[in-house]
Amino acid sequence: MQDNQIVLSLEGITKRFGALMANDQLDLTLRSGEILALLGENGAGKTTLMNILFGHYVQDEGVVRVAGKVLPPGSPGAALAAGVGMVHQHFALAENLTGFDNIRLGTEPLMRLGSSRAAARRKVEQIMGESGLEVDLDRRVAALTVGEKQRVEILKALYRNVRVLILDEPTAVLTPQEAEGLFAVLRRLAANGLGVIFISHKLGEVLAVSHRILVLRGGRKAGELVTAQADRRAIADLMVGKSVAELKRTAPEPGKTLVEFRDVSLMRGVARAPLVHANFTLRAGEIVGVAGVSGNGQAAIAALLSGLALPSSGQVLLDGAPVTSADPRALVTAGVARMPEDRQHDGVVGTMSVADNIAIEEVRRRPFARMGFLNRKAMRQRALDAIAAYDIRCPGPDAEARLLSGGNVQKLILARVLEREPKIILANQPTRGLDVGAQAEVHRRIIAARDRGAAVLVISEDLDELFALADRFLVVHAGEVTDAGPSTALDRSTVGLLMAGHINTAAPAIPA
Amino acid sequence: MSFRLEPRADASLALKLTVSLAAGLAALLLVALPVLLAGGNPLNAYALIIQGAFGSMFAFSETLNRATPLILTGLAAAVAFRARLWNIGAEGQLYIGALAAIMVGSGLLAMPPALLIPTVMIAGFLAGGMMMVIPAILKQRFGADEVVITLLLNFVVILLVQMLIEGPLKDPLSMGWPQSVPLLAEARFDKLVPRLRMHWGLVVGLVAAVLLWLMVRKTVLGFEIKAVGENHAAARFAGIPVNATMLKVALLSGGLAGLAGVGEVAGVKGYLSSDLSPGFGYTGIVVAMLAGLSPIGTVFAALFVAAVFVGADSMSRATGISNYLADLVVALSLLCVLVGSFFVRFRVHHEPDAALARRR
Repeated sequence: MQDNQIVLSLEGITKRFGALMANDQLDLTLRSGEILALLGENGAGKTTLMNILFGHYVQDEGVVRVAGKVLPPGSPGAALAAGVGMVHQHFALAENLTGFDNIRLGTEPLMRLGSSRAAARRKVEQIMGESGLEVDLDRRVAALTVGEKQRVEILKALYRNVRVLILDEPTAVLTPQEAEGLFAVLRRLAANGLGVIFISHKLGEVLAVSHRILVLRGGRKAGELVTAQADRRAIADLMVGKSVAELKRTAPEPGKTLVEFRDVSLMRGVARAPLVHANFTLRAGEIVGVAGVSGNGQAAIAALLSGLALPSSGQVLLDGAPVTSADPRALVTAGVARMPEDRQHDGVVGTMSVADNIAIEEVRRRPFARMGFLNRKAMRQRALDAIAAYDIRCPGPDAEARLLSGGNVQKLILARVLEREPKIILANQPTRGLDVGAQAEVHRRIIAARDRGAAVLVISEDLDELFALADRFLVVHAGEVTDAGPSTALDRSTVGLLMAGHINTAAPAIPA
Repeated sequence: MSFRLEPRADASLALKLTVSLAAGLAALLLVALPVLLAGGNPLNAYALIIQGAFGSMFAFSETLNRATPLILTGLAAAVAFRARLWNIGAEGQLYIGALAAIMVGSGLLAMPPALLIPTVMIAGFLAGGMMMVIPAILKQRFGADEVVITLLLNFVVILLVQMLIEGPLKDPLSMGWPQSVPLLAEARFDKLVPRLRMHWGLVVGLVAAVLLWLMVRKTVLGFEIKAVGENHAAARFAGIPVNATMLKVALLSGGLAGLAGVGEVAGVKGYLSSDLSPGFGYTGIVVAMLAGLSPIGTVFAALFVAAVFVGADSMSRATGISNYLADLVVALSLLCVLVGSFFVRFRVHHEPDAALARRR
């Protein structure tokens, strides 16, 4: 296994969806001990290719070979048996079982009395020792952090003796330090002879962890390079197919305070993690970034600013007036633009049209409604304008929102909330899962809104994004909000330490 | 050969109509088997059913009379199911609506018909509606399953009705039969045509279907109900009051079933008895499903189901084939429509083994 033989090869894979060529004659080889990065924008064909490899889709042409043997198309079971393991972006874990039980789940014969728990335990512990994947095996998965859940997923794959491990956007949910830890694990696994495919659209981490990079664009191979010789700029151009404009940003000119959290606590309710005695302000004309590991109070801040919850104590003031009811419509009326964290789940009704989803927040008001009746013409017109102004790629205003890609759903939401020229903007994970082009577009819109005088709160798990956008940083850890000061005085490691709860080791807070 | 399924992005109207027709034909073919087993000629049986349902003015009137409560209970199921509120309690809501009509319209209030009929209808609507609002509140507060509650409430209501018509509401002139005091003449629906049983309840049903269609297509309420039903998280995030919307749906759904009860008492029987409904509430679910939850479609589905039942009775008398055939026709139609809707949602690919082999 150590002699770098080819463990996986895809040859001439072609997959069409109607007129769309999702994969066009793609070739890919993976050697044992190698980390191959699969890089590309959304819609480049990464996911389709991996779904074919894993047997979820059947290719129109081409073959998949694992260790030289052809996999029958369309059979996930065969892929598993051949030693292909996949860690999805959305984990497939049973929340009410322990990590250990999740790892074993599905590997034990059903009809045998007395399972080999002890042997299984030894095996898992051996894998943990070899790979450096540390996790408390006896805790229920529901009580684990996202990073720990991911480790359980990887252990689950390793426990099944995989030869090829595929990770789909694995760092989307991790702190920079956790991501570094994951990279270390992947390097160790590769050194032990595993072949790893690392799917990502983040250039920095691809350069950090991979040996080789395969860039896809529009279903085709746009380039293949050895990481050691790769250049950041060149890869970005390969991905997008054209040069990406750098984000331009002027110094902030903060005006009056538009949002004030005054000793706000939210103990339970919509948000699973509490918020404890939070004090911070948000001023007109500035972008404040909220950094933190997922589940440290971001959801509570978002719920309070979305009108989904009221503080259990303390006050949230919008332009000086306290929020008195947990009613999203009241916040919309008060001039708050809200972009939800999970845009597919909370942002749109998939089976309703683009026009309906653009009008949904204001459907009771003119011009969309009169005397309780809908004005479909006004809704359609607004949608047509939004589609043009925000470049929403869709068949038309009557198309169902479920047919839109993630980036286009986000553009739809931008169109919905920014068209009112809001005073306050809550952007929760505004570009999670979006490709480079859509990201730049969302960032441009957010900065334009700030320059217009809006107060913007950006909650993000992507530090690069926060450093690109935020004028000032807040860091949340265990429900406590720390003002980390202007972004110009911060670096990644300082923010990372604050995110991990090391408040004392951080730079002293800059007095206002 | 191997088969694969892929979801369709969009289904055309032509496809939907073709599939519906194919489903209808398939149901007729399937029903032909038991007819043959019973020693009958399927074509003859079908002809007799059609003749029995539509063959004369009297037959057609009977079909419409049977369709009237089914339109209303079908709409009750359709409006609730569209919002993913599973109301299985239309039978109980029908009875409670009928009970309310008797309570209000049998002498409690003395009014001219122009006032008493609307009053009786409103009473029946509200009673039926409350019968659904309660389970909806229990669902919101405690997460209680509305399927179980509404289903079991059916039996509770029917037992309550039996108790009342054996007790305080018993008609002293009924010669001991368990039936309630009659509705005042001022509270009764007129016949649409003299000497035929069909009554103004049919008009109520048709108007309700049109209003519901308008609500679904044109109103803010319809928009909000759809949003809540399809994705309540997104609806809530967008500021639509999810719980209040659900209660409106519950009131509407239960109320429509209640109106069906009012119609049976005020238009057909004139009194309340425990055999008022031969399962109109449950059949309403079938009607709504056959109609694909469309309000206008519900009218036609109710007409179809009513015609099958009325026609099968007369076919049974002529041929000796059991009128249970009607249940079979309706049940198989529903199954065929459900199978058909599967083909509307998915595209089936088949590939010959040769292609598979080539790829290997």
